[in-house]
Amino acid sequence: MFDLRKLFGLDIGSKNTAKERLRLVLIHDRATVSQQTIEAMKRDLIEVISHYLEIDTDELEFKMESQDEKVALVANIPIIDGKKGIKGA
Amino acid sequence: MSGKSIVITSGKGGVGKTTTTANLGAALALEGNSVVLLDADIGLRNLDVVMGLENRIVYDLINVVEEVCTFRKALIKDKRIEGLYLMPAAQTKDKDAVKPEQMKKLIEDIKAEFDYVLIDCPAGIEQGFLNAISGADEAVIVVTPEISSVRDADRVVGLLDKKGNIPLSNMHMLVNRIRMDMVRKKEMLDVPDIEELLQIDVLGVVPDDESVIVSTNKGEPIVLSNKNSVAQAYRDAAGRLLGREIPFDDKHQNGFVGAVLRFFGLAE
Ligand SMILES: Nc1ncnc2c1ncn2[C@@H]1O[C@H](COP(=O)(O)OP(=O)(O)OP(=O)(O)O)[C@@H](O)[C@H]1O
Ligand SMILES: [Mg+2]
Repeated sequence: MFDLRKLFGLDIGSKNTAKERLRLVLIHDRATVSQQTIEAMKRDLIEVISHYLEIDTDELEFKMESQDEKVALVANIPIIDGKKGIKGA
Repeated sequence: MSGKSIVITSGKGGVGKTTTTANLGAALALEGNSVVLLDADIGLRNLDVVMGLENRIVYDLINVVEEVCTFRKALIKDKRIEGLYLMPAAQTKDKDAVKPEQMKKLIEDIKAEFDYVLIDCPAGIEQGFLNAISGADEAVIVVTPEISSVRDADRVVGLLDKKGNIPLSNMHMLVNRIRMDMVRKKEMLDVPDIEELLQIDVLGVVPDDESVIVSTNKGEPIVLSNKNSVAQAYRDAAGRLLGREIPFDDKHQNGFVGAVLRFFGLAE
């Protein structure tokens, strides 16, 4: 069969999946901080932030991401009751 | 004279380190350099059989570091290619039979008399790997276009830098067993993808080809055959190591141009 999409190289094969998966795996492998360090940091951050905000510790998310060739630690910290506002303010 | 020592490594096993050591070394010797192929895969030696020199072993690397004989005495001269020598590994010892300092000293001694020492590294990142990289000035990282191989190669890049004191600028990668038919269908990682992920320069790209098995069966380096794509790829890689600008084969064009060329039988 004469496949136009193939001819123009537009189809997305499994190599793109491989590349994307590799990109993320390498970020984790290269990160000099160990999983233990991340766990410890997570606990400390929760403690500090809890002084000011009521947060949902079950829904917390910490991950390494690549952004413009740099690695960033991205934290998603849901606040339980926004109306309460900032504690102690 | 002080030659250059280059370790051929990969992390992952079975990706073509021994094949690359044999053929890159043979290609360098064919260019008029004196070359020692040093088998650092102690306990699992194979470079001797790939080179077809297994029947000529008298002494091995362990005999040399234990000062049973001089390194000169342990070298096996390849009668087919002027200037090419093999230093066999011991088969009955294990990886702890040699220490990094001993390896370093041995390689320094060889470098004083030869242009190149190519070190065939064992798979893995344990003691055998640490021994093999301890005396290396440069590294060639063999990688196949698969997730596990690229990932292991990245680990090795980090370790060469930290434990081997080999700067990134002295690391090269050799992409082995590429299948252009799969690359065209976008079902295999291509060289630029791997280059982008690992961020080291490409020394060579070797196709997946059954002639590698045939030449191993015979115990003959493949670079001795003229019209063969694997042989050409290794000769080109050797040329680049020698500092020559050699363009990468662009017969395998992707996309529209490639498709048109292929249609008219002008490319594969
Ligand atoms: N370009 C190629 N095309 C086809 N087969 C290949 C190619 N390169 C290597 N091989 C085959 O792959 C197998 C492994 O090669 P080789 O022994 O060189 O790998 P290695 O990295 O030294 O392995 P180990 O980690 O066990 O030392 C061999 O059977 C070899 O013939
Ligand atoms: Mg090997």
